[in-house]
Amino acid sequence: MVVRSWRHIKERYCLIGSRCKTCGRIFFPSRNICPYCRRRGELEEYKLSGRGKVYTYSVVHVPPKEFERMVPYVIAIVELEEGPRITAQIDCKPEEVYIGMPVEVVFRRIKEDGEDGIIHYGYKFKPVNY
Amino acid sequence: MRDVVIIGYGQTKFGELWESSFRDIIVEAGIKAIEDANIDGKDLDAIYVGNMSGGLFVGQEHISSLIADYAGLTPLPCTRVEAACASGSLALRSAYLSVASGHHDVVLVGGVEKMTDVVDATSAIATAADQEWEAFFGATFPSLYAMMARRYMYEYGLTIEELSMWSVIAHDHGSRNPYAQFRFKTTVEQVINAPPVAEPLTLMHCSPVSDGAAALIVCDAERAKDFVSRDDMIYIRASTQASDTISLHSRESITTLKAAKVASEKAYKMAGVTPDRIDVAEVHDCFAINGLILLEDLGFCKKGEAGKIVAQERIKIDCEDFLTVNPSGGLKAAGHALGATGIRQVGEIYWQLKGDENCRGRQAPIKHGYGITANVGGSGGTVCVHILSNNRR
Repeated sequence: MVVRSWRHIKERYCLIGSRCKTCGRIFFPSRNICPYCRRRGELEEYKLSGRGKVYTYSVVHVPPKEFERMVPYVIAIVELEEGPRITAQIDCKPEEVYIGMPVEVVFRRIKEDGEDGIIHYGYKFKPVNY
Repeated sequence: MRDVVIIGYGQTKFGELWESSFRDIIVEAGIKAIEDANIDGKDLDAIYVGNMSGGLFVGQEHISSLIADYAGLTPLPCTRVEAACASGSLALRSAYLSVASGHHDVVLVGGVEKMTDVVDATSAIATAADQEWEAFFGATFPSLYAMMARRYMYEYGLTIEELSMWSVIAHDHGSRNPYAQFRFKTTVEQVINAPPVAEPLTLMHCSPVSDGAAALIVCDAERAKDFVSRDDMIYIRASTQASDTISLHSRESITTLKAAKVASEKAYKMAGVTPDRIDVAEVHDCFAINGLILLEDLGFCKKGEAGKIVAQERIKIDCEDFLTVNPSGGLKAAGHALGATGIRQVGEIYWQLKGDENCRGRQAPIKHGYGITANVGGSGGTVCVHILSNNRR
């Protein structure tokens, strides 16, 4: 689990995805193959702005063990202004969230691997002008 | 390709089977199927088993060997097939292909899951989603379907009352099924006021955590005459499968399951039928919203219409102007023992098309002789469709 986290530092800490030079589509998380162009595609790193809107959301009441302390929390799919959609928590009260809500990315602690394990960091989103 | 028929089916009760182990329940289902098909173990050529996660739920991998061993069927080749909640029907598809191709004549195909032996089932179930880009951030499996429901409500104006009617009908059907996990009826008010799991879904919009096993005997149609009468053979007229992105967020639309559309369109073509010829369906309602979406994606109504059809109770066994949907009670009431579900769905259709005595009190009206199943893995990353028929062509 520790190594898996190292591998994702670029994506989870800096919101870096990929862009296909052939068709111009932007992907997050990054991909090695463009599903539209396949071998004709060529992917390059692409930094996303971190601004977007809530596409859909839910309020989680029954969490996995690692998220028990946060209940109830808002999980959402955010549509980024560059196009890709990503799953993340929204740092707001459950009654505040709505479809279309403008949000921006923030760097947050996500969870821990138990008492002695490493702390996982990554992105959440917060309402703009919060 | 040869014609392939189902000649036997057996299942355990689904539910909290604390007195039985993983190996107990799959052996029980297998023996029932073998007896129902009037075959002997020595007639079998191979075994396929659908199982999502023996490793996480009971700490046991290599279940193919375990099952052949405890069924007393070594040295038959036994293969475990995994595609999350669609594991069962993928095992059936593997068995179907092996018989249709002429490689095997008689195959036992099972599905099994023992889910109540672990404490944190939520984490184990979440492995059907993308671990690195969904579950890592706190998305639970119910929350993915909850996000589909929320978006569906936004796009089509579905009400929580309409959505809740799905569960009410499921429990009505389940109350008539002796193998069902839940045999009590419920009301829209009870569904809406149940404890929230992932808003807008309450506990009563969610299928339960279940133990259970189910098994079918599939056979070459010619060879089947050695074992059963014509009336006891149900033809597999289509077996299709499609994939989609593992993450919900990567899909163009989250109010449709593209893999279900692709797989069912292929299945109708393969079987040579249209949706209006289907009398009875078993669809994958792991969460109520998925039942509605599948009614649309399988071609039984237009996008956005399923809520009204459900609210008018037209999917009920006793209603004659639409097809019957989930006469078993579906995953919601009959239970959802992940790897067993795809087999249980097909087993129910097998019983329904035969007019089997196991369907007493919940027999769907059979006019054209066709039934369909749709089994979904994850949030729609895998969908497997089967069309069965009691017609010889």
